[in-house]
Amino acid sequence: MNVPDELQYAATHEWLRLDGATGTVGITDHAQAELTDVVYVELPKVGAQVNAGQQICVVESVKAASDIYSPVSGTVTAVNDALTASPALLNTDPFGEGWIFQIKIEAGEDIEHLKSAAQYREQIGGADAGGEV
Amino acid sequence: MVDFGGWSMPVQYSGIIAEHHAVRGNLGVFDISHMGQFFAEGAGAAAWLNRLLTNNLDRLSVGECQYTFLLNNDGGVIDDLIVYRIADARYLLVVNASKIDEDFAWMQAHLDPGVQFENHSEHYAGFAVQGPKSAQLFDAFFSGQYSRPARNEILAIEIDGENYYIARTGYTGEDGFEVFCPAGRAVKSWNDILGKGAAFAIKPCGLGARDTLRLEMCYPLNGSDLGADTTPIEAGLGIFVDLQKTDFIGRQKLADQKEQGVKRRLVPFKMTGASPPPRSHYAVFKGGEKIAETTSGSLSPTLKAGIGMAYIPTEFARINEQIEIEIRGQRFPATIEKKPLHRPNTATN
Repeated sequence: MNVPDELQYAATHEWLRLDGATGTVGITDHAQAELTDVVYVELPKVGAQVNAGQQICVVESVKAASDIYSPVSGTVTAVNDALTASPALLNTDPFGEGWIFQIKIEAGEDIEHLKSAAQYREQIGGADAGGEV
Repeated sequence: MVDFGGWSMPVQYSGIIAEHHAVRGNLGVFDISHMGQFFAEGAGAAAWLNRLLTNNLDRLSVGECQYTFLLNNDGGVIDDLIVYRIADARYLLVVNASKIDEDFAWMQAHLDPGVQFENHSEHYAGFAVQGPKSAQLFDAFFSGQYSRPARNEILAIEIDGENYYIARTGYTGEDGFEVFCPAGRAVKSWNDILGKGAAFAIKPCGLGARDTLRLEMCYPLNGSDLGADTTPIEAGLGIFVDLQKTDFIGRQKLADQKEQGVKRRLVPFKMTGASPPPRSHYAVFKGGEKIAETTSGSLSPTLKAGIGMAYIPTEFARINEQIEIEIRGQRFPATIEKKPLHRPNTATN
């Protein structure tokens, strides 16, 4: 499983790429593998305000609908419209073309609750053998 | 891996969509070892089974099978199953994994003296080879030695001193075979199928593809589309019910429904435009009123559209009727379709 070192991770399998006060969010390689083929992404609305840990959008695989949670509090500034036509980008390039939304992080937001790559690897440890879904 | 009727089973091996297309266009194999196997034997076995099952066993010659229902006293479905006549007075019943105990207890409670009825579910493994190249794989195994059983026929053979049953049946709509072998031969059989199947690019397939394939065919899944409070008539499966038989458990309710009509019917639908895939237990609307709940739903990899099934009030249960499916508070248009939603072009030969 690919777990890029430069990203932050939520226990609910979202990643966050920090760029100053803005963050880009997607789901991890582990998450896309567990979800199976993604066939529909219900994107968040630009301008939506969310709290860390709050459900923000839905990703649907052939198998099931899964809630996606915002790893941080803030305001959604952009969404990846390409996912509407090509939801499978979440499977093929979860850390790149498959990003889901960008968020302006709330001033003073504490991201200490997020995991480092090493901590997230530990969380999904052994999952390569096929974790429960 | 997920729990399925007490078995830990893979949802997918390489990907649900790839596995689905492998079966529609080429060849796939499913592990169906979870399914249950009962044997009924004796001079009175056929008469006894005819009083418990909806279809008519008198129509079966040795080596043939039929799809049928086991009903409760109210005509509700306990299970849907296939019964194979494997010898003159010996029958094999293949039942759903989650219903093995309930089916067996019910049937034993109604057992006729002189019929030997046994549950051998733990002793058998099973594999479903499905797809247009199934016949070629059969020939690769048995060319010259055995001829292929015809559709809905079963072949009993011996391999290395063990009994194998090979039936021309399946749950995908494609040509294919279901193989039942002693549990001790499970791993070897699976590996042999994958080994010989490699020449045909066979793919191992999981529960995910099994569900999308059967749903495109509108084959019901017991526990979702069938249950104790639904009858085969409501499910639109009356052709597997022989009301000419004067006595079988649940008959009265079915005869009444046949005569008076049903209030609701299980029908397939397809989402009309772009929408999230429908799932089971979504509300179905017509003219602003909630009229039903979906019993199954998924994205159809073949049709590339959301599909599902629901028990719709009879007045609306018509082909081309427009309905709406509520998904996370928003209603999306759908159309009631003809069964099956997809018609495979595989010819069984």
